[in-house]
Amino acid sequence: MKSGRFWAWVVFILGAAYFFIPLIATIEFSLRMRRGVYSFDAYKVVLGDSQFQATFLFSVIVAIFTILLGVLIVVPTAYWIRLRLPQLRPIVEFITLLPLVIPAIVIVFGYIRMYGSNSPLPFLGSNLGANALLVIGYAALALPYMYRAVDTGLRTIDVRTLTEAAQILGAGWGTIITRVILPNVLIAVLSGAFLTFAIVIGEFTMASLLNRPAFGPYLQNLVANRAYEPAALSIIAFIITWGCMSLIQILSRFAPRSASRPN
Amino acid sequence: MTDLSLSNKAIAGKTAPPAEARSLRLPTQWLGVTPFFVFAVMFLILPTLYLMLGAFQNEAGEFTFANIVALFSANIVAAYWISIKVSLASSLIGAFAGLAIAIAIVRGGLPDWIRSATLTFSGVASNFAGVPLAFAFIATLGRLGLVTVLLNTLVGLNLYAHGFNLLSFWGLTITYVYFQIPLMVVIIVPAIDGLKREWGEAAATLGATQAQYWRMVVIPVLWPSFLGTVILLFANAFGAIATAYALTGSSLNIVPILLYAQIRGDVLHNAHLGYAIAFGMIFITGLANIFYIWFRTRSERWLK
Amino acid sequence: MAEPFLSIQHVRKSFGATTVVEDFNLDVAPGEFVSFLGPSGCGKTTVLRMVAGFEEPSAGKIVVGGKDITRLKPNQRNVGMVFQAYALFPNLTVAQNIAFGLKVGGMPRADADRRVAEMLDMIKLPQMADRYPYQLSGGQQQRIALARAIAPKPKLLLLDEPLSALDAKVRVSLREEIRSIQKKLGITTIFVTHDQEEALSISDRIAVMYGGRAEQVGTPFEIYNRPATKFVANFVGTLNVLEGKVTDAAMGTVQVNNQEVSLKGKLNGSKSGDTLSLALRPEAISLGRQPGHDASLSGEIAEVHFLGSVIRVRVGVGGNTVSLDTFNNSTTPPPAVGDKADISFSSGDMLVLH
Repeated sequence: MKSGRFWAWVVFILGAAYFFIPLIATIEFSLRMRRGVYSFDAYKVVLGDSQFQATFLFSVIVAIFTILLGVLIVVPTAYWIRLRLPQLRPIVEFITLLPLVIPAIVIVFGYIRMYGSNSPLPFLGSNLGANALLVIGYAALALPYMYRAVDTGLRTIDVRTLTEAAQILGAGWGTIITRVILPNVLIAVLSGAFLTFAIVIGEFTMASLLNRPAFGPYLQNLVANRAYEPAALSIIAFIITWGCMSLIQILSRFAPRSASRPN
Repeated sequence: MTDLSLSNKAIAGKTAPPAEARSLRLPTQWLGVTPFFVFAVMFLILPTLYLMLGAFQNEAGEFTFANIVALFSANIVAAYWISIKVSLASSLIGAFAGLAIAIAIVRGGLPDWIRSATLTFSGVASNFAGVPLAFAFIATLGRLGLVTVLLNTLVGLNLYAHGFNLLSFWGLTITYVYFQIPLMVVIIVPAIDGLKREWGEAAATLGATQAQYWRMVVIPVLWPSFLGTVILLFANAFGAIATAYALTGSSLNIVPILLYAQIRGDVLHNAHLGYAIAFGMIFITGLANIFYIWFRTRSERWLK
Repeated sequence: MAEPFLSIQHVRKSFGATTVVEDFNLDVAPGEFVSFLGPSGCGKTTVLRMVAGFEEPSAGKIVVGGKDITRLKPNQRNVGMVFQAYALFPNLTVAQNIAFGLKVGGMPRADADRRVAEMLDMIKLPQMADRYPYQLSGGQQQRIALARAIAPKPKLLLLDEPLSALDAKVRVSLREEIRSIQKKLGITTIFVTHDQEEALSISDRIAVMYGGRAEQVGTPFEIYNRPATKFVANFVGTLNVLEGKVTDAAMGTVQVNNQEVSLKGKLNGSKSGDTLSLALRPEAISLGRQPGHDASLSGEIAEVHFLGSVIRVRVGVGGNTVSLDTFNNSTTPPPAVGDKADISFSSGDMLVLH
């Protein structure tokens, strides 16, 4: 199938060109801040900008809280569904698909209407409340990915059998969860966490409509007002996302595999 | 001393089952899943339902179809129409290009590292939407973009003189394709993996050429997954806003941008119309996802 | 053999530095059913795939019906193949699967439908015509795979471990069915398996393979009773092996466990003092002295397994344990462990392994 391989290369090279040329163009543009010479000036300006530091820090903290919230919500649920409540699985999986069906802008629109300052649960009445709502919104956006990661991790380690084996050997629930389940599912949780991080860092819609000083709105603002700095930021954002994805790939190699193949 | 005798009397004495002490266990698992359901209801289901209901109400709280009717006014229809066009174009282009790339890396006989590198990159690129992506394309195909300038100086082809403009329907489509292709690749590669080698060999022993095998087996088997993913790509593009906003400001009036402006500043002077627009969005993406799930279950059934 | 239908001549296959098949030669008569039998990795599937055209021989040639097909592509060879994993096309119904080869070959619709109906009758699944593969059991899928392979009337039928993925009971009934269909249609067939009972029960001839070579090619009777090598003797059937020492080469006496056994004339080539491996099939040995059995050894009953109609007894003869089967007798209880017992056999049944 020699001709097949030729066309495979053609397709691959064309695809690579389409994906790399914009990146190269962005890098090239980002290096052009100082007239006539390639330099990292744009990067220096960006990284030194206090606005950048503040909003980036804000987004990082929000991301961490989002991950915590996500883990708190997803891990017990996935565990109990697997172990005791398989009949609820279709409902839960439907719910985890909702953030993919309902666009983020609609979700945040709903928050603004339902949790505004004159509603019974005035999240938007205070800064803290608004931040909390942002974290909640991000946890909702990341829900499909976090749930799938943890659920797959639990399936691979065959939670049911492990739990039963531990029970027969005399372990109580506390021991089972902390010493049997959690260590094995940590890798999957971390994968979900990095994906959440990538989603939160670049997110614009929710942060902007909730008026939060996050990284996304800051980026949008920059595009309107500055020329070279957005290019540098785009490259930085790309590298961060690439870092998260690579970490997920590396982590998945350390994931425990069950010796016997479950369902 | 344990009585291990197998006499009938001993067996009869053992027939009564031990008293069930399970009543304490029942609440635990339900308690365990409560946070999830509370979260889902409060922060996914209720807000959406609130908007849905609001779409059918007017200022006074009465039930009405007026908002839905108002959706069909000229500029809103135009917004929906352009959203649909961009989503359709980017999903079709992204789907076929993604399929070609997926086939190339799985079956093309390329070196092994290409496949895993492409899949990792696809994971990155599908999340690259927003300002970074918009800017990357401004830097490439904008008026002073790298490719624009190169084409002009090297080949004498002036894109903008020929009517091309990044800040337009085609510009947005080409930009959207950047995250549509990776999404297709990531979803369809497992489906291509699922094509068993033995099928091709069986087809060969039965006298089929490669083309016949593809026409009679491969394409029908991949078709439902492929179509379902096209639909998913459509829904994905329809709901996207950040990239378009960064690229065109508010000048290209797609539905999410319209809704954004409405939420920010009530530009339509009718809050409930905003609900209706949101309703329209969910209706379209919801319909698309129902088809996606239907196609996916059909194809999974065959490949059990 | 009169003009062989399939002739595999001096075929060798190497992958890089590893040689997987070495100088394989086989002539198969028209309508013959030949099994390739051997453990995993012996090269049997590789030879089959070379006949099918999925691998190209590094050396040698393959001739079918007088035509050299070594360089032909698989879809030009007109061979039928049945795979271990069934390989039915999931998007086609049973009828469409069976019709696949006919459709590709351009047969008119009406003729194809008739042929498909014929095939479904042959495998006794006419009611499954409109089902999809995922709705059928493994055994049913494999029968349909067989029908699909045979429908285009191929010159050769190749089966690559077709029964290995099936339940034990289905395996037995399906192998009989495959054999009877093959006999009725008279297609020259090659059957690859690692299960010696399968090979023995349905083949005209068996090629026992090991390490890329054919150790022995012969009828089941020959392979079982006159194994050419130690590997064949061990691989096919149960074998009792006793170590002995030649005491008198001229007279043919061998000492086993300090007992003398007379093996008339089977020791060609061995000298007095040589150690030998002597092998006996379980059915050749009797408990106690039997008329007609000229050789005997004494030992002690080590294990008794009552299997119903058959009683499997293991007798310790010095350092060796010998397995033998004896039939259940309702009036005589089975021997007890620890009893002293004699075993007897005919010296002609003893195999000398080199």
